Amino acid sequence: MPSTLRRTALFDRHLAAGAKMVDFAGWEMPVFYGGPSALLEEHIAVRDACGIFDVSHMGEIETSGPAALELLQRLLSNDVSKLAVGGAQYSVLCREDGGVLDDLFTYRLDSERYLTVTNASNHERDLAWFQSQAEDFDGVQVSDGIEDWAMLAVQGPLAREIVQAVSDSPLPARMSVHTRRLAGAEVLVCGTGYTGEDGVELLCAPADVPALWDALVRRGAKPAGLGARDTLRLEVCFHLYGNDLCVERGPIEAGLGWCCKEDTGFIGSEVVRAQRAGGTAERLVAFTIEGPGIARQGNPVVGGGEVTSGTMSPCLRTGIGLAYVPSEHASVGTHLEIDVRGKMRPAVVKDKPLYRKGS
Amino acid sequence: MAQASYPDDLLYHPEHDWARFDDSDPAGLVATLGITWYAQDALGEVVFFDPPALGTTLAKDASYAEVESVKAVSDVVAPVSGEIVEVNEALSQNPAVINEDPYGEGWLVKVRVSDPAERDALLDAASYRATLSG
Repeated sequence: MPSTLRRTALFDRHLAAGAKMVDFAGWEMPVFYGGPSALLEEHIAVRDACGIFDVSHMGEIETSGPAALELLQRLLSNDVSKLAVGGAQYSVLCREDGGVLDDLFTYRLDSERYLTVTNASNHERDLAWFQSQAEDFDGVQVSDGIEDWAMLAVQGPLAREIVQAVSDSPLPARMSVHTRRLAGAEVLVCGTGYTGEDGVELLCAPADVPALWDALVRRGAKPAGLGARDTLRLEVCFHLYGNDLCVERGPIEAGLGWCCKEDTGFIGSEVVRAQRAGGTAERLVAFTIEGPGIARQGNPVVGGGEVTSGTMSPCLRTGIGLAYVPSEHASVGTHLEIDVRGKMRPAVVKDKPLYRKGS
Repeated sequence: MAQASYPDDLLYHPEHDWARFDDSDPAGLVATLGITWYAQDALGEVVFFDPPALGTTLAKDASYAEVESVKAVSDVVAPVSGEIVEVNEALSQNPAVINEDPYGEGWLVKVRVSDPAERDALLDAASYRATLSG
């Protein structure tokens, strides 16, 4: 692997745990730990118990000052004025034409201090976009936090119990964020995740993350890689930027209208308003393959559209995915045919999420 | 199997396929085909194998099937030309056998070899192993 790849503070831990490392958005990251069955075992561990992911490749942008809210309200699609101190909010970042630059979680750490988590592949572009828009505002600082923060996701039905055991005080609820001392280190504990399971995401100084990782692994959190992270998120139909979201598509066709509040006047809101009212030519749907076969990103849908994410679902034991299809083919129950490298595979549009606990 | 293994009684194609030849059939040379330990390890747990139909003609060095893990699709290349006379039906129920026993229960197809001379172009275990360390 080229030596120009960036490494997280947990690189040595990953190698010691037998990780297969891959290049992900310029970072050398674990895809799974151990032999061929590892990915599936990690996936099941998160559904049944607890997995721990190093997601330190994700970026952070800190926005602070008296005009921080005003700037974020202009940048982010959600209503940032509804975000209380200690709260978390999901939104998209749009261009003027409504194209999606990124999808992001923003945490309000203090009355005039916000932390936004970016996708690794978009971090530099997001930061430049934040900084260029900030020039129109007085009283706001935008700073790059990527060197300041390491990030872990601890996910699964036992995740809270395991993290609680090393915490000095009760963990924040879902969609909340508070500073706690975990295993002796100061950590931002966020009640968020990307797996469809309960759990927390932890942000701390990179120097503190190895000891925190060790403490949580010792208590039973199973190291899990980006492979399981992808299959877990796809079962619950969370978008992956670069697959299901891109600048050529808007939030309405992506099914993210719920996090767009056009009345705030965010950049791109006029296009989003028009698309919400008038509809879009295509829509992102969830599907399952009927019978054998696995559709993959880029496979065409017969009659128009294409698969943007596809895998074998470890829990459903069938091929699943997300695809943009003509809006007239987007209703639940519609039968599709997907061209999987020349073989026509029947598929059916399904409700999101594809996987639900206990189903 | 957890440890790399390349049995001496097999012949290998550099695209990580193996062949076991059987001269005992009076109707002609038969080869059992599969993927190597290296191939299954690189791929991860196999979750889908779509076997070609009986009677399909294989061309040496061309892909004749696909094996898929959760993450990836991998072409399976024919080490020799021939016609498929048997497919491993058990793999449709449990394709992970390809990982567990790549040279035994995880075989993919059996072919009637059309040009027995192609056998001479394949690698023995030591030569194949040498391609992996490069």
